[in-house]
Amino acid sequence: MALKTKTSTRIGVTALGWSIALWLFFPIFWMILTSFKSEVQAISTPPKLFFMPTLSSYGEVFERASYWHFALNTVIVSVGATAIAVVLAVPAAYSMAFLPSKRTRGILLWMLSTRMLPPVGVLVPIYLLARNTHLLDTCTGLAVVDMLTNLPIIVWMLYTFFREVPAPILEAGRMDGATRWQEMTMVLLPLALPGIASTALLSLILCWNEAFWSLNLTSSHAAPLTAFIASFSSPEGLFFGKLSAASTLAVAPILVFGWISQKQLVRGLTFGAVK
Amino acid sequence: MATVELKNLRKTYLTEEIIKGISLSIQEREFVVFVGPSGCGKSTLLRMIAGLEDITSGDLLIDGQRINDVEPGKRGLAMVFQSYALYPHMNVYRNMEFGLKLAGMPEAERRAKIEHVARTLQLEPYLHHKPGQLSGGQRQRVAIGRAIVRSPKVFLFDEPLSNLDAALRGQMRVELSALHRKLDATTIYVTHDQVEAMTMADKIVVLQKGVVEQIGSPLELYHHPRNLFVARFIGSPPMNFFPAIFQGGDSAGSSVQLRDGSTLYVPVTSPGLLPGTKVTVGIRPEHVELTSSGPNSGVVEVIERLGAITLVHVRMPEGEIIVVQTDGAVLTEVETRVSLTLPPKNCHLFAPDGLAFEACHRHPLAA
Ligand SMILES: Nc1ncnc2c1ncn2[C@@H]1O[C@H](COP(=O)(O)OP(=O)(O)O)[C@@H](O)[C@H]1O
Ligand SMILES: [Mg+2]
Repeated sequence: MALKTKTSTRIGVTALGWSIALWLFFPIFWMILTSFKSEVQAISTPPKLFFMPTLSSYGEVFERASYWHFALNTVIVSVGATAIAVVLAVPAAYSMAFLPSKRTRGILLWMLSTRMLPPVGVLVPIYLLARNTHLLDTCTGLAVVDMLTNLPIIVWMLYTFFREVPAPILEAGRMDGATRWQEMTMVLLPLALPGIASTALLSLILCWNEAFWSLNLTSSHAAPLTAFIASFSSPEGLFFGKLSAASTLAVAPILVFGWISQKQLVRGLTFGAVK
Repeated sequence: MATVELKNLRKTYLTEEIIKGISLSIQEREFVVFVGPSGCGKSTLLRMIAGLEDITSGDLLIDGQRINDVEPGKRGLAMVFQSYALYPHMNVYRNMEFGLKLAGMPEAERRAKIEHVARTLQLEPYLHHKPGQLSGGQRQRVAIGRAIVRSPKVFLFDEPLSNLDAALRGQMRVELSALHRKLDATTIYVTHDQVEAMTMADKIVVLQKGVVEQIGSPLELYHHPRNLFVARFIGSPPMNFFPAIFQGGDSAGSSVQLRDGSTLYVPVTSPGLLPGTKVTVGIRPEHVELTSSGPNSGVVEVIERLGAITLVHVRMPEGEIIVVQTDGAVLTEVETRVSLTLPPKNCHLFAPDGLAFEACHRHPLAA
């Protein structure tokens, strides 16, 4: 009897999981589908599920804009911002996890709360700062802003991972004569590596998809893939075929990357919860 | 091999004082055990010596050098943690090598040292295993090995056996004692287990609430506890206590009246105590004698037969229980009436403030 309920619950949960996954995946699926249609097919009603696929949208997209230029910018900005953020966050999280003070908790919450601020609230000051430092439309400028917006989450995540490392192991290192630096690099980092990897992965994804700052702080030279997509949405009205092709090209790398590393990502994100 | 000296050490967390002025001298090659109930500050004190906790005030000296502000790794100490704290990402060899490598010891010398220690601790077959692949007892050995290879001046142990099962604990206790003799090093060992303290220590430091209650050899604490706390803490099963009225004393002893009206003349001095003062009599279960008739009678409530010995729990008319340790073959049964004889030479008297009266004669083994 109990077994039977268990089985039916399991089937229910599985069904629910699949429907949510399909629900979330559908727009992506539709976008990819549309990217292989001609512009006429793309706006036909009722929408066609079966049609003769064509690469014409892709051809036009590649003809009109230099995809590789945008993609390279995205890679530079995402990897750069993530690398700098992790390098800055490791010592910060170390001190909060292992040398906490009365104010540590408050500082962590305050840092996280800055993420809740709508970015547009600081658009003007950031724009002016970027302009006055000549960082407008540069990969450096965008990377710095991306890095700063993600830093709170990265510190918070690393802090959580570091807290899982038993303090006596680090103390044993100190007894063995390790300096703080050696303790961090030779004992803590190898132990927290899975956590650091998934944090970096998440940061990479966030930076890759970040649109608000890239649209506002770059125009041509440093424009990343989000700007590439946007360039297909405005001037001559909406061309869904080309828009979908551009979007597919923009999200494909990170989607594939995420797919390959999903084990690591899930393991990292549930690290504290399941152990 | 070194001397360690604590001079009025204090530790305050925020506003709470955890270690309240501890002074102590540890001789070369001495095996000193800090013992006390959970939360009394043993670990904190050990960590202050190790350098893992700042010292709020007082002086810590090793070989006469003040080392309050010396880094943990430079104090010449090695520590074995309760949780072993092995580096999980390094194999046994690398675990033992880590400290030597940081100290800049040449490769060949490191190898020779580690192999020697591994042989001593029977760790040779596991040198290339990760800690996760080892049993609790093996991890314990690795932790000890990691301490030994560094040839420290002083070994620090924080409850190293408390994660092992009873059989292994007994075995490791013996091994650690043997190892201590072989290594000839000064050792400070923290435990809440009085059996470990009694069996291993040259000198026991009994702590309670951040204060030293008594320092002495195991038998000194057993025969001449300085106060009620130590009397209760050392010895298993614990000492029996019951109230009495002080009647008077001279240089050879003090007499007290028990509640059933009988008097007891105990060979302890009681300078300055007024007749009529309420005192506490203490006697260990192994010193109470069981007789079938006589004064001090009570009813047997529980009998615990351990084979070699039997523990008889006797309910006295006043309500308290007195535990008697007697022969394994004793025929006493539950619900029967028995009488207790309290040999005065084995009784302890405690003043109202908990301090023990000075014994007229020191026990020969507790000089
Ligand atoms: N980091 C700390 N902050 C505040 N109080 C602490 C800290 N570490 C230990 N204590 C307190 O100090 C007391 C002694 O702890 P500890 O030395 O671990 O005791 P023991 O090892 O004898 O069980 C305890 O009451 C504990 O709550
Ligand atoms: Mg402790």
